[in-house]
Amino acid sequence: MNIDMLAMQAFTGLSIFTILMLMALGLAIVFGLMGVINMAHGELMAMGAYCSYATALFFERFLPGLMDSYVFVGIVVAFVVTSLFGYLLERGLIRFLYQRPLDTLLATWGVSLILQQCYRQFINPREVEVPTVSWLQGAWQATEGISLPLSRIFIICLALVTAILVYLLLFKTRTGLRIRAVTQNRSMAGATGINTERVDALTFALGCGLAGIAGSSFTMLASTGPTTGQQYIVDTFIVVVFGGVESLLGTIASAFIIGQMQSWFEYFMSGSMARASILLLVIAVIYFRPNGLFTTKVRR
Amino acid sequence: MTATDYVRGKTAPEKPAIGRFSSVLKETTGFIVLALLLLIAAPLLLDIFRLGLAAKYLSLAFCAVGIVLVWGYGGILSLGQGVFFGMGSYMIAMFLKLEATQSASSAQALSEFFGSNLPDFMVWNSVEELPWWWEPFHHVWFTLPAIVLVPPVIAFVFAYLVFRRRVGGVYFAIVTLSLSAIMSIVIIGQQGVTGGVNGITDFRTFMGIDLNEDKVKVAMYLATAVLLLLCVFIGRFIALSRLGKILVAIRDREDRVRFSGYDTALFKAFVFAVAATFSSIGGALYSIQTGLASPSLVGIVPSIEMVIYAAVGGRLSVIGAVYGTFIVGAAKTFFSENFVEYWMYFIGGLFVVIVMFLPHGLAGLFDRAREVMRMRRSVATLNPATDKES
Repeated sequence: MNIDMLAMQAFTGLSIFTILMLMALGLAIVFGLMGVINMAHGELMAMGAYCSYATALFFERFLPGLMDSYVFVGIVVAFVVTSLFGYLLERGLIRFLYQRPLDTLLATWGVSLILQQCYRQFINPREVEVPTVSWLQGAWQATEGISLPLSRIFIICLALVTAILVYLLLFKTRTGLRIRAVTQNRSMAGATGINTERVDALTFALGCGLAGIAGSSFTMLASTGPTTGQQYIVDTFIVVVFGGVESLLGTIASAFIIGQMQSWFEYFMSGSMARASILLLVIAVIYFRPNGLFTTKVRR
Repeated sequence: MTATDYVRGKTAPEKPAIGRFSSVLKETTGFIVLALLLLIAAPLLLDIFRLGLAAKYLSLAFCAVGIVLVWGYGGILSLGQGVFFGMGSYMIAMFLKLEATQSASSAQALSEFFGSNLPDFMVWNSVEELPWWWEPFHHVWFTLPAIVLVPPVIAFVFAYLVFRRRVGGVYFAIVTLSLSAIMSIVIIGQQGVTGGVNGITDFRTFMGIDLNEDKVKVAMYLATAVLLLLCVFIGRFIALSRLGKILVAIRDREDRVRFSGYDTALFKAFVFAVAATFSSIGGALYSIQTGLASPSLVGIVPSIEMVIYAAVGGRLSVIGAVYGTFIVGAAKTFFSENFVEYWMYFIGGLFVVIVMFLPHGLAGLFDRAREVMRMRRSVATLNPATDKES
């Protein structure tokens, strides 16, 4: 194994990391901050991917000249549509179940099954692919032995930008302050005049919107099908639990660790065995650190 | 005790012998009705094909009964029942497959052709030798006890360790969910020794008995029903005993039970192991009767689906779990025979509706109906009494 191989493996790990991070950030907000288990998170991701797909089709037909920039529009559309859906989901279903997290799990699983069938019936039962825009084709030849696909580099940048935006939103704005206040102490936040119900809905919508962005960026790497979401839901949950549910930084760190592990394990064994051993490893870690790797010590 | 006694604040009088008998009868009515339905009505009313389907649902009902104990009483949502179902199912399938490769004439021909006496999928994947962990499954005296004993031991050790660390609630659900994911990933990934996506199939005899004969099918159905009734009986016994009370207490306020000196992890692990045993037995019966052990019954989708069986019946009703499984299973067959594309809407909607509006399932509805009836009756008996007093 030479230095080029090492670099390529590390880069693959980095790429997996950013995808996991994009998926897990939304879930970490919904699950970590609100305590809601959203099993439909994967399907929301697929929804974001389909939004990108629809945008691509629209640009292809009506604005072929601007085809190169549809990626950005697709991301925005995906975010808007999924967060709107998330808002409605929260208002219509989740808000009745805040006291019963296990029931939320089952109810959102039902939602995910319904969404899956909708995709199958109204969009396409088979997997769909979006055209890759010209400026994301090809790879960047860093050195002679190392070539890094541009689309993956783009996703890495996108993930970083998203993470920074989420950080700014949560820690530097009034809205973020309200969100954190409500998650830390609901009744006190309410007493100070924060409309907690509205904050709940907004937080949930934000988490869902992040799933949409993840899905939208996902289309650059792989095709999207009705069951795409289900394939990733377990891994996404594992990332969040591994990192410690109450810290977003923990989620990012755990996505990094798991991404690198996935990349390196796959070098030594088949992809499926790599996935299985990572899941086992994470369960072992949960055994030793039931609250995840990175937890902020809070007194309860 | 009538309603008027309640009103006047009398304490319950010592029950006469006949009253005690009738109250025992009342408690067991549901069980007796279920037994009559399963053992007499179903075999008489259903043709052999439908009976086979019924047997399939009944095998799944084992899991639902276990889930009622673990989830309804213990408050532990396990999304890994498919793992134990799969263990039972694969163990019996390994035994049957080995029997089939040694006895069936077609398998004999195959083995002569390939020059080895291995199950067909191993030959196709050019596995040269039977893996060591397949060896014990040559023997029925190993296989059957293993189905009943191995899953609970694994379940108990795993659950006790996890509960000792106070991993509970949502985390336990996610951990068990990943276990189901791991199991199906490993089975599909290790095609050469597990049969991969196709699973283990193509076996027709059990100890030389042809499983496709109608008579054998009826007998297998009856055996399944009897075993299921036994599990329901054990489940009800646990639920109604003091052990059940402790479980409910743990579910509602675990810390208080712990402070009272109970090792709560032990109780939770015990009931989890019981549920694992049930699931494993169900899995074995399922594989014998459908001739298939497949990863599609092991992964996260079936494992979560099993929870809805219990939820439809009522998460606190052991007997309801059987009906719940039956209803969902029958609905699945109905949809797949008539309009496949709506099945997912149905089951998805079912999850939402049950959780939102019927948290206690059909048993809850049934109880409420009975309550209303009793209220009506007591109002009727109450009115003349109040007239007299005034």
